[in-house]
Amino acid sequence: MATTNPSLGAMSPSLSARRADLVAGLLAILPETHVLHEAEDLHPYECDGLSAYRQMPLAVALPGKIEEVQAILRLCHRLEVPVVPRGAGTGLSGGALPQTDGLLLSLARLKSILHIDPLARTARVQPGVRNLAISEAARPHGLYYAPDPSSQIACTIGGNVAENAGGVHCLKYGLTVHNLLKLEVVTMEGERLIIGGDALDAPGYDLLALMTGSEGLLGVVVEITVRLLPLPERAQVLLAAYDDIGLAGAAVGAIIAAGIIPAGLEMMDNTAIRAAEAFVHASYPVEAAAILLCELDGANEEVSQQIMWVRQILLDSGATEVRTARDEAERLLFWKGRKAAFPAVGRLSPDYYCMDGTIPRRRLPEVLGRIAEMSRAYGLPVANVFHAGDGNLHPLILYDANRPGELEKTEELGGKILELCVAVGGTITGEHGVGMEKIDQMCVQFQPLELAQFHAVKAAFDPARLLNPAKAVPTLHRCAEFGAMHVHGGHLKFPDLPRF
Amino acid sequence: MNQDYTQNLSAQVEAAYADGRPLRIQGGASKTWLGRTVAGDSLDVTSHRGILSYEPTELVLTARAGTPLAAIETALATSGQWLAFEPPHFDAGVHRGATLGGTIACGLSGPSRPYAGAARDFVLGVRIINGKGEVLRFGGEVMKNVAGYDLSRLMAGAQGTLGVLLEVSLKVLPRPAAELTLALELTASEAIRHFNAWAGQPLPLSAACHDGERAYVRLAGGEAAVKAARVKLGGEEIGDGAALWTRLRELSHDFFQDPTRLWRLSLPPTAPLDEALGHQFIDWGGGQRWAHSEQPLWSMARAAGGHATRYRRQPSDLATGQEGGQADGQEGGRQDGQVFQPLVPGMLALHRRLKAALDPRGILNPGRLYQEL
Repeated sequence: MATTNPSLGAMSPSLSARRADLVAGLLAILPETHVLHEAEDLHPYECDGLSAYRQMPLAVALPGKIEEVQAILRLCHRLEVPVVPRGAGTGLSGGALPQTDGLLLSLARLKSILHIDPLARTARVQPGVRNLAISEAARPHGLYYAPDPSSQIACTIGGNVAENAGGVHCLKYGLTVHNLLKLEVVTMEGERLIIGGDALDAPGYDLLALMTGSEGLLGVVVEITVRLLPLPERAQVLLAAYDDIGLAGAAVGAIIAAGIIPAGLEMMDNTAIRAAEAFVHASYPVEAAAILLCELDGANEEVSQQIMWVRQILLDSGATEVRTARDEAERLLFWKGRKAAFPAVGRLSPDYYCMDGTIPRRRLPEVLGRIAEMSRAYGLPVANVFHAGDGNLHPLILYDANRPGELEKTEELGGKILELCVAVGGTITGEHGVGMEKIDQMCVQFQPLELAQFHAVKAAFDPARLLNPAKAVPTLHRCAEFGAMHVHGGHLKFPDLPRF
Repeated sequence: MNQDYTQNLSAQVEAAYADGRPLRIQGGASKTWLGRTVAGDSLDVTSHRGILSYEPTELVLTARAGTPLAAIETALATSGQWLAFEPPHFDAGVHRGATLGGTIACGLSGPSRPYAGAARDFVLGVRIINGKGEVLRFGGEVMKNVAGYDLSRLMAGAQGTLGVLLEVSLKVLPRPAAELTLALELTASEAIRHFNAWAGQPLPLSAACHDGERAYVRLAGGEAAVKAARVKLGGEEIGDGAALWTRLRELSHDFFQDPTRLWRLSLPPTAPLDEALGHQFIDWGGGQRWAHSEQPLWSMARAAGGHATRYRRQPSDLATGQEGGQADGQEGGRQDGQVFQPLVPGMLALHRRLKAALDPRGILNPGRLYQEL
């Protein structure tokens, strides 16, 4: 639920005292310019990419050294002040939403690429380095960093680790967790830990996997070593149009059944196609019910062979049209429409809300059908953008936040869509994280014992529960309330709405 | 044959939790030697078996932990798919054979590991029994899932010390259409350099090793790509390539004939060859090296930026083909010393807290990885 912050002036005396202690402590660690505590300086930090949720922190700290991060965490541990870590703030689930009684810890100033080792194919970087900057620095060596979330020009690698970010190439090249070697982490007590290593595995438990995607609840990542991959010799993309979205879904299965793992395999529905076309003029077929974009990469000879096979599979699967990008410029244009799909859809209405469920791919036609029904029932249009290869669905709900009640209605529809994803055997979040946004749906995905296990794991890393508390894993109390609300659906905010 | 023993197994763990009684989780007994000896009552999971779902076009397979690894590989092969991390079985002559649960619990990966990924990379979800006897599910059957902490991949390599695996969902992949193995006349040092340089180029590499005499490189992928790379790399194609990689994966190659002094070194793949270790078998494109040593190699491995594992099998652990003896895993001589690289103090403390979070009374395979866990 969106929250507005009381102005700093209206702060309670105890909170004011806490802020004074915190700021005094921070000023002993950091130069004055790197401690923000005036309202006008705090405003840029009141939300992340999920701007419907806003709260002001007590203060913002901008450390430039690992030792400063340690000192800040020790200070907050001593003062019992919650800490919310933040990268570029592009996250879409409110994971970097500040706490009104806490510190916002920005890692943005830790932005050096420390070392690229072309022979070992690794890059050692600080958390504030932008995702795309790693690939740009690796390119002269014929290498790149594979995970490419659509925000890659802005999002930072530290945030990518926190969210286990994906992108359009996950099916073939994996998520962030598959492309990391080593993390340096600072615990809430200020202790530095090396997790993973420069070898392909490390002794003991796989803490690298546990830390990745932990949304800043277990530790603050201060240094990252990523794996780099050779740039493919060639990449080629096909665009296929369908007049039935179910046929497009079946085509994806047919490509994989033929033993081909495309580098990228994306689907857009008609609303998304029209929006993208109007925005970037990629010559998309605007009459199509769905388009598929299928990228193949690898050795030159192999790509040539696969392009012919996939073209035939697409035609056999009922495509009304199949285009192969004629050159690199057209390939990039085909992708531009997809990569710009969110902002493009955003132009269709004053606001949009991006969902992030994953479903078993074979359930796609059914899920899209149900989403369309719910969209009609709520009177809110939904555009669908789909990482078809790996089943990650991004329904974009169009709404107008200035219309009273519409945000709440949107959030409710979004929640229903996520619950549908769970019901068909999928998950409430494929790559955006739970954050603040999907915390209630965690109660649908997990049983109380499982949530209790998550809390126990959190306590093993952060016994005082000060790191990004209130995110990612709901309390059992919160789930009980959410469950009660579900049971008594008739008493919800929109009693006149049909329920599914 | 295919049966759900969830209730039976969780009841056993619940009872052991109530008594504070240690349990020794028992799969196919193929990798009993790969860890410290566990004192405890046997919790046999081999009856809990069966493939629960397999959708080739979804690239996902879910099976109960006691399912024989061989049965899973056979099922995948019928659809032209495989476990791309090429898990070792280590079960030649072991009468029960490797299980899915043991494979994931040990987190072992074969020669394709540097190019295809490790066992943990293919884990999508698990169902486990924690140390209180609670049945919990983490992850799922979809490729992308970031809801909650990743406790499913955490189980890979934990050897049952954080939970008893009940079910595992894995990402599976199409088996490459073409595959060939080249032999190249290179010294070990040259091979390490070349393996790393080649891995930085868009070549369809799928394995690279050096046996002390010469280098072997496996190419796998589309026919056209394999053909083109074969020309580029030179060397000589060998006829029995597949057998070579199987012998390496299973450590049945001649190099491994004396398993009582065997060490595995997991090093940065570019680490220079340490001549002091004598004859080494280099795998994983330089990242995994096998050596024989009477002395522990912990400090040497750490200095080289990696870690060591004592891969010591007693002669009685090895293939006997006999019923009994091997089966309960206790006859092969106790292993009370350090098997895995010692953890630095801060990490050990964190490991203990994490173990306590999942297994508060320390009843699941206690001491298996480290004496303190």
